[in-house]
Amino acid sequence: MVGDAISHAVLPGIVVAYFFSGDKTSGLLLFGATLTGVIASAIIDFLSRKAKIQGDASIGITYTLLFALGMIMIASGGGNNVDLDMNCVLYGDIATINLDKVIVDGNLYIGPYAFYVELVAFFIILIVLLVGFKGFKLISFNEDFAKSLGINTGIWHYLMMGLVALTTVVGFEVVGAVLVVGFLIIPPATAQLIVNQLKNMLIVAVAFGVGAVIIGFYVASWFNVSYTGGMILVAGINFFIVLFLSNFSKKLKLKA
Amino acid sequence: METFLDFISFKDPNVFYVVIGIFCICSSSALIGTFAYLRKRALIGDAIAHALLPGICLGFLVAGEKNIIYLFAGAFLTGWLSTFLVDFIVNRSKVKQDAAIGIVLSSFFALGIVLLTYIQNSGTTEQGGLNSFLFGQAAAINKSEVSLFAGILVIVVLIIIVFYRQFLIVSFNPDFAKSIGLKVKTIEFLLTSLTVLAIASGIQALGVVLMSALIITPAAAARFWTNNLLKMLLIAVGFSVLSGWVGTYISYVNFGMPTGPWVVLVLSIITLLSFVFSVNHGILARFLKARKNRRKILHENILKALYQLHEREGNTNELNRRFSPRELLSIRLFDTRNLQNGIQRLKKQSLLKQEGGLYFLTSQGAKESKRIVRLHRLWEQYLLKRTQIDAYHVHSGAEAIEHILSPEIEKELIRELGISGIPEEDF
Repeated sequence: MVGDAISHAVLPGIVVAYFFSGDKTSGLLLFGATLTGVIASAIIDFLSRKAKIQGDASIGITYTLLFALGMIMIASGGGNNVDLDMNCVLYGDIATINLDKVIVDGNLYIGPYAFYVELVAFFIILIVLLVGFKGFKLISFNEDFAKSLGINTGIWHYLMMGLVALTTVVGFEVVGAVLVVGFLIIPPATAQLIVNQLKNMLIVAVAFGVGAVIIGFYVASWFNVSYTGGMILVAGINFFIVLFLSNFSKKLKLKA
Repeated sequence: METFLDFISFKDPNVFYVVIGIFCICSSSALIGTFAYLRKRALIGDAIAHALLPGICLGFLVAGEKNIIYLFAGAFLTGWLSTFLVDFIVNRSKVKQDAAIGIVLSSFFALGIVLLTYIQNSGTTEQGGLNSFLFGQAAAINKSEVSLFAGILVIVVLIIIVFYRQFLIVSFNPDFAKSIGLKVKTIEFLLTSLTVLAIASGIQALGVVLMSALIITPAAAARFWTNNLLKMLLIAVGFSVLSGWVGTYISYVNFGMPTGPWVVLVLSIITLLSFVFSVNHGILARFLKARKNRRKILHENILKALYQLHEREGNTNELNRRFSPRELLSIRLFDTRNLQNGIQRLKKQSLLKQEGGLYFLTSQGAKESKRIVRLHRLWEQYLLKRTQIDAYHVHSGAEAIEHILSPEIEKELIRELGISGIPEEDF
């Protein structure tokens, strides 16, 4: 759920960076958003550890506050930021993504801008995961054990949160703040239902994610509805199908 | 000031509707949020809020127009379904609750977006304004909606009054509730239905995201101030209504400012202030208490060291020798700055007096000094004689307990050990 919190909480960071740069495609935007994402996870930690507010309540408090702040900032920005409207923030606009074109040599069109941002983010995440695989594995499964080995769990935690923030930030311009959470949570949760090993879980999760995107895209364009909505809907339905099937097979095993 | 008077006198009937509407929404969500918070299910409100969107769209598709009853019924249906699915996932798989909430929330929201774009593309002219469910439009509350919100508030309050005891037991200890024969499932069903009702009432005014704040934040703030459920409910409502009112006022004064975000901002500020200044659980109170304890321990250690200083010279009858702070360091390794500050404070409490650069104990200070040493050594004797603890280790135990032994326990120890005065033995 921290992903949910971060995806909503990046709003004020994006707005502030936008005010400074005046440009929706600037790298500053990405930086501002990632920074607020990490700050949000620090606030959540603080609220649950120091203020002793229940974990999920502190998540809820933090992201609603930051989201409200972002909305107020947008409202007080007046009319000079037509680009930055709330609809885009919540649903994203994958359909209009071609508006920000990357054009080389004057007229050679080589794809939408957001595609390259995503590509870079993907490689960053892939590299960090490959390099730090052991560390992430340790803190994901047994943080106390990791601590006892003398590993600085704080650094790994914030590195992970930084990656989550990066993913949400690059994702949310395309798919929107709420649905990016679906992409973060649903495929791994589906994978967790059928595999036990971390490596396999990563691979299966990626497969489910990509599968949902492809099927969702065609279904959505068939019915002429929102693409991202369709993708997450497919992912969600897929989750429930797998859940039913795994329950069913468990029952069969019990009978046999 | 004039706008303020205009605002509170409801010169504009629309302001009246908005204020009353926000009042009802804030109250019912704070009441129901308190139970959600106590049941450690704060984020379930988040899932419900997002899940209302497809219900609203379905209601619209069935009715073919923006009929508030249909929209509301649809919202209630999907909102309720979402909590059922979260529970189902948690019970039937190893997926944890927060992930389950995330899955349900985004799936339902995706369905909502799909239906919304479907409605928008179908070209119905009636669909305008369905968007407002996403971000909320408090300024658009009208008369019929206010009566709906008020009705919901009345229902919530009545049900809470009738089922107060049951809700209390289920919130704090569902296992106990089961053991005394309460129908926990039914009560939880009732609570869930009320939660959906409360969120559904606020969704149009405040929007999907901010509605979660109205459920979670007032309860979290109220929790800092009391341990009593009834008081917690009242405080949560108070905070929530106050911020609803301030938020509405701010958006009334500044044209174009959205109401919902300001309500949430004010609410969060109240929570932050509660966290810092709360009398019992606040960070300030905890800090002061910790400092008080630290100082007490320091003072008692200084007084104890003074006794030992006298003892070293074989004179414990009258503890009136002049000493310099430096001498105490030979008895015990104080942090020099702490020692200086401690001595100054002891002087203020007139346990010490100053003469030039030297200090000496007052008669009251001497008494206090003897008391601490006696407690320390009584405990050492007790550990030695009544437990199996080795003589090497009795000192460290006594070093901690001497600061918290009450006069009653002191008497007990004296009776148990038959020791009067200060034991000579020191470890």
